[in-house]
Amino acid sequence: MTTTMPMPTNPASQAGRIASTAGLPRLLLAAPEDLRGHLARYGPVPFRGMPGMLIDDIEASGLTGRGGAAFPVYRKLAVVARRRGRKVVVANGGESEPASHKDELLLRVAPNLVLDGLQLAAEAVGASEAHLYLHSGPTPAILAALSDRAVMGLDPLPVTITQAPPRFLAGQESALVNRLNGRPALPSFQPPRVTERGLGGAPTLVQNVETLAHLALIARYGPRWFRAVGTSAEPGSMLTTVYAPNGRCQIIEAEIGAPLHTLLSGEADTQAWLIGGYHGSWLPMPDAVGLTLDNESLRRFGAAAGAGVLVAFPSDRCGVAESARVVSYLAAESAGQCGPCLNGLPRIAAGLTELAGPRAGRQVRADLERWAGLVTGRGACNHPDGTVRFVRSALTVFAPEISRHAQGRCSATNRTPFLPLPDGMPTSDDDWN
Amino acid sequence: MAQTTQATDQVLRVNPINCTGHGVCAELLPELISVDEWGYPIVDPRPVPPALERDARRAVAACPALALKLARRGIG
Repeated sequence: MTTTMPMPTNPASQAGRIASTAGLPRLLLAAPEDLRGHLARYGPVPFRGMPGMLIDDIEASGLTGRGGAAFPVYRKLAVVARRRGRKVVVANGGESEPASHKDELLLRVAPNLVLDGLQLAAEAVGASEAHLYLHSGPTPAILAALSDRAVMGLDPLPVTITQAPPRFLAGQESALVNRLNGRPALPSFQPPRVTERGLGGAPTLVQNVETLAHLALIARYGPRWFRAVGTSAEPGSMLTTVYAPNGRCQIIEAEIGAPLHTLLSGEADTQAWLIGGYHGSWLPMPDAVGLTLDNESLRRFGAAAGAGVLVAFPSDRCGVAESARVVSYLAAESAGQCGPCLNGLPRIAAGLTELAGPRAGRQVRADLERWAGLVTGRGACNHPDGTVRFVRSALTVFAPEISRHAQGRCSATNRTPFLPLPDGMPTSDDDWN
Repeated sequence: MAQTTQATDQVLRVNPINCTGHGVCAELLPELISVDEWGYPIVDPRPVPPALERDARRAVAACPALALKLARRGIG
């Protein structure tokens, strides 16, 4: 077992490191490295010379997508590799979850690892086009890496950068493809999946930027090296965005299967954990204190690691009020395309907001349960289902607080908002572009 | 298969983006489709029984948004 200890860092930089036990960190360097330093550290990019060759290694490694869905990477690679004709690979750095900053940091400190992975994945599936989709648009680190690589003639494919609109669903795979196709970044009803018909109709492989960084290391060091860390079912490390009860945010590269209490405070100043971000789950303290950072463990509480947002929620705040804030945001972030989501999420948000105040109507909890059931499984994307997961866990974990509110009392002593949300709510449909 | 089975291998699927909550499907096929409190269809996920296959096809054809379709089980 490995202990992963956050090191003190400057909160403004949002950078974090862990002690170098068990060969970690693998991805997060202490300081950004230029291309020369990158190649000196990791060696040349191990192109295989022909499509398909890397896929067996990726399968043996057990690598899963680090964008949140944890889908086996080799399966998407294999589906796209099988197709003939023009194919496309996209590195997804959309990171549209407002609480997540791990992709942003990775792209700053190790852009060349991501770009290696993008080119290797393109070779593996036989793609002729490579794209990078970014939350913030091109940063100096990315532009410098691309220009250094161009000078060296390192990359077989030029990389096209597209900026994601600042919307919660903009990083969703089909929304990303729609954006790259010049349309609003709205999710599509699937099938066909983007691996069959994506950018310009071509089979398209979309992988999270962290996933591609891991892929670049597996291509160099092999699946056995990758499996030296993590659990046998869920190998490797993952980047996490960790919030302490004092609000400090750190990016920590954690071993999958690490005890959560080594990453998050489980002490008296923490009343609950939020695992997996705003499509994730609240977990009660101290009941959940023995869980580990892997889906096998988290599943027992109906939770999943998602894209690695981990929050130790402080004891002095109101979990109902915080959940209502987040769900109001999620309701506003509905793409508005599917009737149940468009109608249900605002009602769920309003119900939760009523529960956050004193003496809510007796009917509110039953209404919330009914609406939650009505929106589940009825969207083109997983936004209603993810929102309902968050809401249901809030209703369970904060049930005692909801009862206090019913009697006109609230146990919070600090009203300052805790969970991070974007400044200002989206105002117009133009934001999707 | 030569034998008559209890169900077809067809299931009803709604494209929720195309669906505008017109409600004609629930009128034509109340056995398998109801509407939620906002007027959007809730479709029975089980395979369509043979006795209702004709009505199911009528409901599919009548959808003004082309949002309802019959699909083979397990396939989009």
